[in-house]
Amino acid sequence: MSQSATPPAKPRLTTSAMIASIASEGQRTRPAPFGHALVKLARERPEIVGLSADLAKYTDLHIFAQAFPDRFYQMGMAEQLLMGAAAGFAREGFLPFATTYAVFAARRAYDFIAMAIAEENLPVKIACGLPGLTSGYGPSHQATEDVAIFRGLPNMVIVDPCDAVDIEGAVPAIVDHPGPVYLRLLRGQVPVVLDEYNYTFALGRAALLRDGAEVLFISSGLMTMRALEAAKALEADRIGAAVLHSPTLKPLDEAAVLREASKPGRLVVVAENHSVVGGLGEAVAGLLMRSGVRAAFRQVGLPDEFLAAGALPTLHDRYGLSTAAVVAAVKGWLA
Amino acid sequence: MVDPTAAGALSNTSLAERALRIRRHALRMGEVQGQGYVGQALGIADVLAVAYFHALRHRADDPAWDGRDRFLLSIGHYAIALYAALIEAGILPEEEIETYGADGSRLPMSGMASYTPGMEISGGSLGQGLPIAVGMGLALKRKGSDAFVCNLLSDGELNEGATWEAAMSAAHWRLDNLVALVDVNNQQADGASSGVLGFEPLAARWEAFGWHAQRVDGHDIPALVAAFDQARSLPAPKPRVLICDTVMGRGVPFLEAREKTHFIRVDPAEWSLALHAIDAGRTA
Repeated sequence: MSQSATPPAKPRLTTSAMIASIASEGQRTRPAPFGHALVKLARERPEIVGLSADLAKYTDLHIFAQAFPDRFYQMGMAEQLLMGAAAGFAREGFLPFATTYAVFAARRAYDFIAMAIAEENLPVKIACGLPGLTSGYGPSHQATEDVAIFRGLPNMVIVDPCDAVDIEGAVPAIVDHPGPVYLRLLRGQVPVVLDEYNYTFALGRAALLRDGAEVLFISSGLMTMRALEAAKALEADRIGAAVLHSPTLKPLDEAAVLREASKPGRLVVVAENHSVVGGLGEAVAGLLMRSGVRAAFRQVGLPDEFLAAGALPTLHDRYGLSTAAVVAAVKGWLA
Repeated sequence: MVDPTAAGALSNTSLAERALRIRRHALRMGEVQGQGYVGQALGIADVLAVAYFHALRHRADDPAWDGRDRFLLSIGHYAIALYAALIEAGILPEEEIETYGADGSRLPMSGMASYTPGMEISGGSLGQGLPIAVGMGLALKRKGSDAFVCNLLSDGELNEGATWEAAMSAAHWRLDNLVALVDVNNQQADGASSGVLGFEPLAARWEAFGWHAQRVDGHDIPALVAAFDQARSLPAPKPRVLICDTVMGRGVPFLEAREKTHFIRVDPAEWSLALHAIDAGRTA
């Protein structure tokens, strides 16, 4: 996927780079919202400390490290140590933020997160870059199954924010939560989307961002941004699409999902930046089945396969996460 | 509380008596269930006696006292040994021996923090203790505490890569409040530890990772006292490790002589014989 048949007009958009922005051309963004939100909060909460496994710079934790150098702990490229040490800090009364990439937390350090953190219900906040398909670098850095892994873990709260606004709201909310949290981090220049809606982040709550009669998107993470864009595009074709943004994947806001999915006549489309196995889609499907809610149901998500390397826009088109791909899929399902 | 700096610290003789009583408690727990990792418990009893009755600060009536030295048992299957030490230290009541391993007991067969006062972490998944100890050591320094963090590992646990991630980090952060204890009984699940994955030269390995290493006979109480004292008082800004060579089944000759396995077999009639052997050791 890294090779193109025609010379690229914009080289930036055709490289399988590790770091790529999910912002579209001309989109409003804010830099490092996680890092700045954490610094703001840490001024009032001296028990907050930051730890990283050689990825502070790429998880925006460097903003915190610059503001509070003595509260930042570089643990080296050692993710198991990172999680164990974060558990040790939490045992001593601190509120540790541990950052790495999602692949390394979910795949390499899982047992440490399970036994040292989750089994003890310790307030470690695990903030991870490159969730789902947000890197063109290939499967080593694409955490396409991180939610599936962490959904099975008792005590773990999972947050998948949409944009900078969501992250800024989520950081204080997850600090107030007394147990462990896994935060799917968007870093660098992060789109600003949700300020156009009457929305504030609340842990465990989904929010109806817009209503519509034909389609109900239930989405999280950057796919809420895509769902909102798709809804606008569908509106031009007189297809009304609602968007229920569910940034907390676990515990799921079951009441909101059931309330919206029970409204008759709508195609339910769950859209997530994650494998179709074990993520929000299956969580919603299971809930609807258990609750006896029968709705036409489709999933937008990543296929159950190791993904290609390539430019992020190329890959989002190829795997169905781009706005155009979502619109085309929905129209096909409605036809 | 035991104050290791007090002139009246327990004599070596009474430490030997403590070790003997720890062995008795462990055997009695094993007898309750007809099984248990008593081979390891008998082997580590002398180390635990010196730890709990000479080296570590703790308060029997307040096991969560913030000034305590933290003792992290990452080898969860050694819980029977630590329960025995906690009982002897007055942190757990002796009557609970009868509940060992039973449904609803505070003394499950693998040590878990949420079950048992004095059990600092949930062990069992080996290789997690030293990483947690690094975080606690850093956190204690951040709090301005002079408490120590002590982590009991086994030789088999040194197979786990995370132990060495933590070993590097502890030296990097100059954690002079961290003491690792390695029980070298040369026995792990699939056989002799040296045959499963060679670990020697052990002291040189730790030293190469930046640690102050001492290797002691884990049954020589005066040597253990001296080693713990040195580990506490050493001015060098580096973590410390006590490598303790031990014999599984120590104190019960017929168990010491039994073919070594990870889970040592004790027949129903042998529990009382084992207790008698321990008591015979007292008068010998």
